[in-house]
Amino acid sequence: MLRLCSLIILLCMALPARAVLDIEVTGAGEHQTPIAIIPFDGENLMEQHISEVIKSDLLRTGLFKLIDPEGKAPHETKDVNYADWPNTETLTIGQVTQLTNGRIEVRFRLLDTVTETELLAQAVSSNQSQTRAIAHHIADSIYAKLTGSPGVFSTRIAYVNRLGALNRLVVADSDGYGEHVLLEQKQPIMSPAWSPHGKSLAYVSFEQGRAMVYSQSLKTQKRILLASFPGSNSAPAWSPDGRQLAIVLTHEGSSQIYLINKDGSNLRRISFSESIDTEPTFSPDGSFLLFTSDRGGSAQIYRMSVNGGYAERLTFEGTNNFSPRFSPDGKSFVFAQFKGGRFYIAVQDFSSKQVQILTPGGWEKKPSFAPNGKLILFATEILGRGILATVSSDGRVKQRMTPQKGDIREPTWGPFVKQ
Amino acid sequence: MKKLILALVIINLLTACASSKSKHDDEQANLDSSSNSDVVQNDNEANGENAAAIEAQNLADAEAAKAAEEAAAQAALAPQSSVYFPFDVDTIQESDKTIVQAHGAYLSEHAERKARAEGNADERGSSEYNLALGQRRAENTKKALVLSGANTDQVETISYGEERPKETGHDEASWAQNRRVDIVYP
Repeated sequence: MLRLCSLIILLCMALPARAVLDIEVTGAGEHQTPIAIIPFDGENLMEQHISEVIKSDLLRTGLFKLIDPEGKAPHETKDVNYADWPNTETLTIGQVTQLTNGRIEVRFRLLDTVTETELLAQAVSSNQSQTRAIAHHIADSIYAKLTGSPGVFSTRIAYVNRLGALNRLVVADSDGYGEHVLLEQKQPIMSPAWSPHGKSLAYVSFEQGRAMVYSQSLKTQKRILLASFPGSNSAPAWSPDGRQLAIVLTHEGSSQIYLINKDGSNLRRISFSESIDTEPTFSPDGSFLLFTSDRGGSAQIYRMSVNGGYAERLTFEGTNNFSPRFSPDGKSFVFAQFKGGRFYIAVQDFSSKQVQILTPGGWEKKPSFAPNGKLILFATEILGRGILATVSSDGRVKQRMTPQKGDIREPTWGPFVKQ
Repeated sequence: MKKLILALVIINLLTACASSKSKHDDEQANLDSSSNSDVVQNDNEANGENAAAIEAQNLADAEAAKAAEEAAAQAALAPQSSVYFPFDVDTIQESDKTIVQAHGAYLSEHAERKARAEGNADERGSSEYNLALGQRRAENTKKALVLSGANTDQVETISYGEERPKETGHDEASWAQNRRVDIVYP
């Protein structure tokens, strides 16, 4: 089939580090830890100011109250006079040193000003171009130390950006920086899905005239056409061991769920209904799937063994329920509920079956958990524009992430990446 | 795309009109030549050439006539090549049965033609559920075409879900336009 020139794959370009998402935070966690973050010695020499990136990261969680250092600027523990800091509980100080070959070393300390102890003392070195990554690593360490949960500042997200007639599949840092376009074309793109170690992205592309599933390596940009059976091929979801994917095919009748190896071999059908079965997603231990089905008359969420067989209906509230995703600890799932003509993001606990609606309602769709289970990313709309948003898993802290250009849809949060 | 089909149909119609005019002239010429048959038969070679030329012309006329008839048939169908659905419904509605029957009959009479049923859905679902709903609408349209005479190999089904909306408003007027299957002849 003739491939039109509208398909352009952009490789990882050296984009200037600028904010492509405008981020607004509302709400606060149940407890906010006061922290003063002092500009690091030598950070002005870098394009990105490390202390500013750390502050933005911690501020976005709603769990920290930033305390103004009021001009005080110690850079080493021996220079800290704890009596100067009655308004805070914690203090972050550090130094940036330029090494040879364009490398920098960053040393930082996290101090408890109440007990007057050192909580963290670390040195990180990397290429100068990785200043933001170093800052995110430091923010992760501070977050982990003070909240007990791993930070997600070094993780990435994927989404589709629509601008005019063009659709772009984008991978970016969780704060929107470092946008990397995997695919750019006029035909639609849907359902990006991260492989378990963040090395590949599966997605649906209409570049050949109808929905087909591709899997693309983020490192090499190479991709394989995973499923191009007659009809629609869609809804890819990776198994936790990364060896296979669940997909939805229509070549044998209505939309049904299949498993397929990551190289496209060994296709097996696991749902056998005459209704729409779609949006499969694996449990963290790989033994169950959640999926959306209208086998009961309306779109609802069901749970089934990965081997197929009996499917248990889980959702009974609202008109319809779509797009389930397990929490990383496997104890609950997030989904989109359609009720009274509006879409809401909700979480349901497996054992108690209690449903908690986390958002005010609108065009809120396609939720996914951050890999620490503390935040949920979803697509919504403000003033007619498609934007991204997050809500903390307790519903208290909300973020709006507005793109400078275009509409964003189909977001999905990536996994922890082993350093 | 629809405009392109309509344009092609109109061009075909115009060509067909032009052909039928010259056909009429040739018929007249044939009548004239047969009344002068004595004169014509005196020159056998000339007759042979004339006969061949007339036969070639007749073939061309027949093809032009056929093209005209097809264009007319497609023109009759072109403005009515979409079927519509209520919210979350994928069965063909009573009001659309005539259109589907017309396309089915057309395909049955033109076994070499191929059609594609392209399904769409409004935005009130997840993108994946809407892709599935669009596919089911397209499948049901195909089933109805086959019941009306089309051969199953003549009709392909695809879905665009909510990805290529015709109207983008968050209101019933837009949603109604998007809950639709287009029958196209690629």
